[in-house]
Amino acid sequence: MTNEGLPSALTSDPVGKGVPRIDAYEKVTGAAVFADDMQFGPGLYYGRLVRSSYAHALIKRIDASKALEMPGVKAVVTGRDVNTRIGLYLIDRPIFPTDRVRVVGEPVAGVVATSEEIADEAARLVEVEYEELPAVFDPVEAAQPDAPLLHPDLGKYEVANFIFPQPGTNISEHFKLRKGDVESAWPKCTAIVEGTFRLPRIQHVPIEPHVAVSLWEPSGNVTLWTCSQSPFAQRDLIAQSLDIPHGNLRVVSPYVGGGFGGKAGVSTEVYAVVLARAVKGHPVKLRMTREEEFFGTTTRQSLVAHTKIGCDADGNLLAMETAYYFGGGAYNDYGVNIARAAGYSCTGPYDIPNVKGDSYCVYTNEPIGSAMRGFGMPEIHWGIEQIMDQLAEKIRMDPAEFRRRNCVRTGDTILTGMTMPAIDLVACIDKVTEAIRWGTKEEASAPHKKRGKGVAIMWKAPAMPPNPGSSAIVRFNEDATLNVEVGAQDLGQGAFTVVAQMAAQVLGVPYEWVRVSVPVDTKYSPYEWQTVASRITWSTGNAVKAAAEDARRQILEIVADHWDEEPEDLDIKGGKVISYKSEQEQTLKDMVIYGLPNENFEGWKGGPIVGQGRFMPTYVTNLDFETGQGTRAVVHYTVGAQAVDLEIDTETGQVEVLKIASAYDVGKAINPDLVMAQIEGGAVHGMSSAFEVLRFDEAGRPLNSSFVDYRIATSVDAPKEIHGDFVETPLEDGPWGARGVGEHVMVQTAPAMANAIYDALGIRFSALPLSAEKIFLALEERERAGG
Amino acid sequence: MAIHSITVTVNGSREYLTVPSHVTLLQMLRERLALTGTKNGCEAGECGACTVLVDGEPVNSCMMLAVEADGREVTTVEGLAREGQLSPLQEAFVAHNAVQCGFCTPGVLISARALLERNPHPSGEEIREALVGNLCRCTGYLRIVQAVQAAAEEGGAK
Repeated sequence: MTNEGLPSALTSDPVGKGVPRIDAYEKVTGAAVFADDMQFGPGLYYGRLVRSSYAHALIKRIDASKALEMPGVKAVVTGRDVNTRIGLYLIDRPIFPTDRVRVVGEPVAGVVATSEEIADEAARLVEVEYEELPAVFDPVEAAQPDAPLLHPDLGKYEVANFIFPQPGTNISEHFKLRKGDVESAWPKCTAIVEGTFRLPRIQHVPIEPHVAVSLWEPSGNVTLWTCSQSPFAQRDLIAQSLDIPHGNLRVVSPYVGGGFGGKAGVSTEVYAVVLARAVKGHPVKLRMTREEEFFGTTTRQSLVAHTKIGCDADGNLLAMETAYYFGGGAYNDYGVNIARAAGYSCTGPYDIPNVKGDSYCVYTNEPIGSAMRGFGMPEIHWGIEQIMDQLAEKIRMDPAEFRRRNCVRTGDTILTGMTMPAIDLVACIDKVTEAIRWGTKEEASAPHKKRGKGVAIMWKAPAMPPNPGSSAIVRFNEDATLNVEVGAQDLGQGAFTVVAQMAAQVLGVPYEWVRVSVPVDTKYSPYEWQTVASRITWSTGNAVKAAAEDARRQILEIVADHWDEEPEDLDIKGGKVISYKSEQEQTLKDMVIYGLPNENFEGWKGGPIVGQGRFMPTYVTNLDFETGQGTRAVVHYTVGAQAVDLEIDTETGQVEVLKIASAYDVGKAINPDLVMAQIEGGAVHGMSSAFEVLRFDEAGRPLNSSFVDYRIATSVDAPKEIHGDFVETPLEDGPWGARGVGEHVMVQTAPAMANAIYDALGIRFSALPLSAEKIFLALEERERAGG
Repeated sequence: MAIHSITVTVNGSREYLTVPSHVTLLQMLRERLALTGTKNGCEAGECGACTVLVDGEPVNSCMMLAVEADGREVTTVEGLAREGQLSPLQEAFVAHNAVQCGFCTPGVLISARALLERNPHPSGEEIREALVGNLCRCTGYLRIVQAVQAAAEEGGAK
C-alpha cells in the first residue's frame, strides 16, 4: 500500500482489475474529510429548525419574540422572510410554509445562534399557533375524491413536462401504461393470481447524518458545504428558488458518509442557506440529529399495489393489470418521478403481451418521500416477484424455470414499445440457482426451525430526466501524474476509483498515477447532474473516457509531429509514448506540461495537456400520456437475480437469512472487487429493508426515530454467506460496455425472502416488514385453524 | 457551569484542556483537538461511529464526559498508523475493500483493534459479536469480518 502517498506497486491497464480503492488510505486513517469535519473558526453560528407538531394544520401565528430575546440568538427566519418554493420535478415545497403544515416535523422556522445548545433552546421558545385539519396517511384513501386535500394550489405549481399532476386531488402524478388488450387476454389464462401488496415507509439511514454549512457573503456570493449526492442539482434548485445567480452560488461536497438517495436532490441543505442569509458574513451550520434524520430529511415512499397477473398452461405470461399507489408524503417534488419510473417499468423484468398499468404518486401527511436506492423498483418487485411464484405453483412449474421462460431478453419489444438493449438475465438466474443449490432441500438447524429457499429477479433503468449530462476534465501534472476532475460523487460505491481506472487505461499510465480532485466543488468541478440512478460508471465514465481520449490525442499529435510520424502509429504504454514504426520512446513526464522542443531548440510545440469530455444521452423520447408508449423510454436496464436460503424459528417467528446469492449483468466490471462489494453490501441492505418500518401514531407522530427502535442490520444479522457473481453482456454505449449496479443489488431481496419463507412455512406475507411478531402470529393463526 | 482542568493523553500526546462539565469526550476530540476522524453518528451510544479506546477499552465517546477522561489514555483512529505506516488492521481493511463510504470505518477499526488486543485469534463469530455495536450501512459486514480475520493471521492488532 501507499506510504506517504508513494505507491510501491504499479498497475498498468487497470480496467477490469480489482485495484484497491483510491480513497482507502484516507478513510482508514481518519483523514478523509466529511462535511461535519470541516473547520470554520470562531465565527461559526449554529442553526436549528422549529418543526411542526401537527400532521396537517393551518398556521395561525408564529411568534419568535421570546426566542429573539435569548442571549446568543442572532436571527429567527420564517416563511415571511423566504416565501418561496423548491423542487426538482414539481415545485411544491415551501421552504418555510406560511399557510399550512402538511407533516409532523415540517420546518416552520429556523433559529440561528452562537452555539448548538442555544439554538436548540431558542427553537423551543418560538411559539406557533395551529388550527388542526383532518389528515390522511394511506395513499389509497388519499387518492379518493373526498380525501382531505393537501395542496389546493397543485394546479399552479411549476412541473416538468413529463409529470402529470391532477389538480383538485392529492394525486401528484399519474402514469398510464397500456399495451395490448388485457380484457381479452384474461379468458385465455389458465392461472390468474391477484393480490394487494404493501410496503411501509422506511429510511435510508446513512451513518452520517445530514450536515450543511452555509456562508452568505455581503458581496452576494454564497457557499454551501454539505454531504451531497447532487452538488450541481442543489446549486440549480437553490439558485432558482432563492433567485441567486448560479455563478454566485457555490456548493462544495466533501466525502459523503452514505447516501442511498437520501442526499440526492435537496432535503435540508436549503435551510442552511436561508439561515445564513439572515446573518451575512457568518457561516451557519445545520446538523440533523439522528432523530431528525429519520423523519425530518426524506424517506422511501410507502406503496400499496393491487396487482393481477395471468399465464397459460405452459407458463407463458399473458396479461397483467396493476395499480400502484405511492404514499408520496407531504411534498412530492422528487417522488413524482418514482411513481413514473414504477409505471414505465411496471411489469418487472418480464415479457407480458397485454398490460394495463396505473401508477400514482399521492400526497399523504407523512414525511417527504424521495429517492431511495432502487427508486420504485424494490417497491413494485415486492408484489410482482411473489405473484410469479404463485403462478408457477398453480401450473406446477419450478419458479426459477418459470422466470427463465418469461424474463425479458435482448431485442424484446418491452412494455413501453422500446427495444430491450443487450442483457442476459437467464445467465443470472442460472448462476444464483446453482450457487444456492436450487432444488435441494436443506436440513434445518433445529427441530423447531423451518428452512426454505426463494428466488427473485429484477430490472431497473436509471430513472431521470431524458438528458442528464456528465462532464470530466483530465489534466496532467509535471511528473505525468494526473488529476481527474468530475462532479460525480463517491458515496462509498467507488466512483472515484473507477474513473481513475478508466483515465489510466486510456492514457497508458499506471492507476497509481491518477488523483481524483476532491471535494466536488461546483466552482471548480465540471458539471454532473447527480450521483444517483446507478448512472455514474456509465455516464460519468463515458465523459472521463472522452476526456482521457482528448488528452491522449493531444499527446500523440505533439509526439508524432516531433518524430515526424503519424499519430496512428503511436501508443502510450507505462507512461511512455512509443512508436510501433520507429520504436522510439518519449516519457510523458518530459512533455505533458512543457511540450517538446523543435530541432536545435528552434521553438517548441505542445503545452500543458488538459483533456475534456462530456456525455449526455440524446436518444430518450417522450412517452404518450394515455398509453406510456414511445420509441425509447429509458437509456437501458440493468437486470439481475437473487436467491435466498433462510430458516425461521417457529417458536419466535424470527427469520435468519443463511445465504444470499446474487448475480447481475453489469456489462463490464471495471473493478470486479468493487462490483462484488456493491453486491454484498446491497444484499444485506435489501435483507435489512425487509425488516424495517418507520412507525407513526394515529396523529402521524413518529414513534421509532432512533437506532434502538428502528433497527438496521448489524454484524450478527448479516448472512454468514453472501455469494456474488456477475455477467458481462456489453452495453452498447457503456464505457468498455459497463452499466451501473449500485442500486439493483437490493431491489429483489425482500421478495426473494418472502418466497423462501413460503417455501419453508407455506405462508405468504403480502405486507412488509417481515417482523418476527407477524410471522409468529401467522403461525399461531394457522395452528388455531388446524392447519 | 463548572469548568474543569483536565489532562488527557491522546494518541500518545499529553493534552491540557479546560472543559465545561457537560462536554463529551467526542466533542472534546472533534471540536477542541480537531481530531475529526472520530465520527458523530447519533450522539446516543447506538451507532459506534465515535468509538475510541480509553485505557485500551472501546468506548462510545459520545457517552463519556470529557472530565471522565482526565488522567487517562485515549486512542483514536488517527493513532492507529505510525509515521504514515498503516497498522496491519488498516492494511487489511484496504486490501479487502472493507471500506465503502468510510464513515463507520474509524469506529469499526477501533473496536476491531480492541478485540485483537484481548483475543488475538478470534473466530468469525467472535468478530461479528465484537462489532455488533458498530453499524455499517454500506458493506454488509462480510469484508470487514474477513479483514479483521486477515489482520489477526498477520499477527494481531499492532
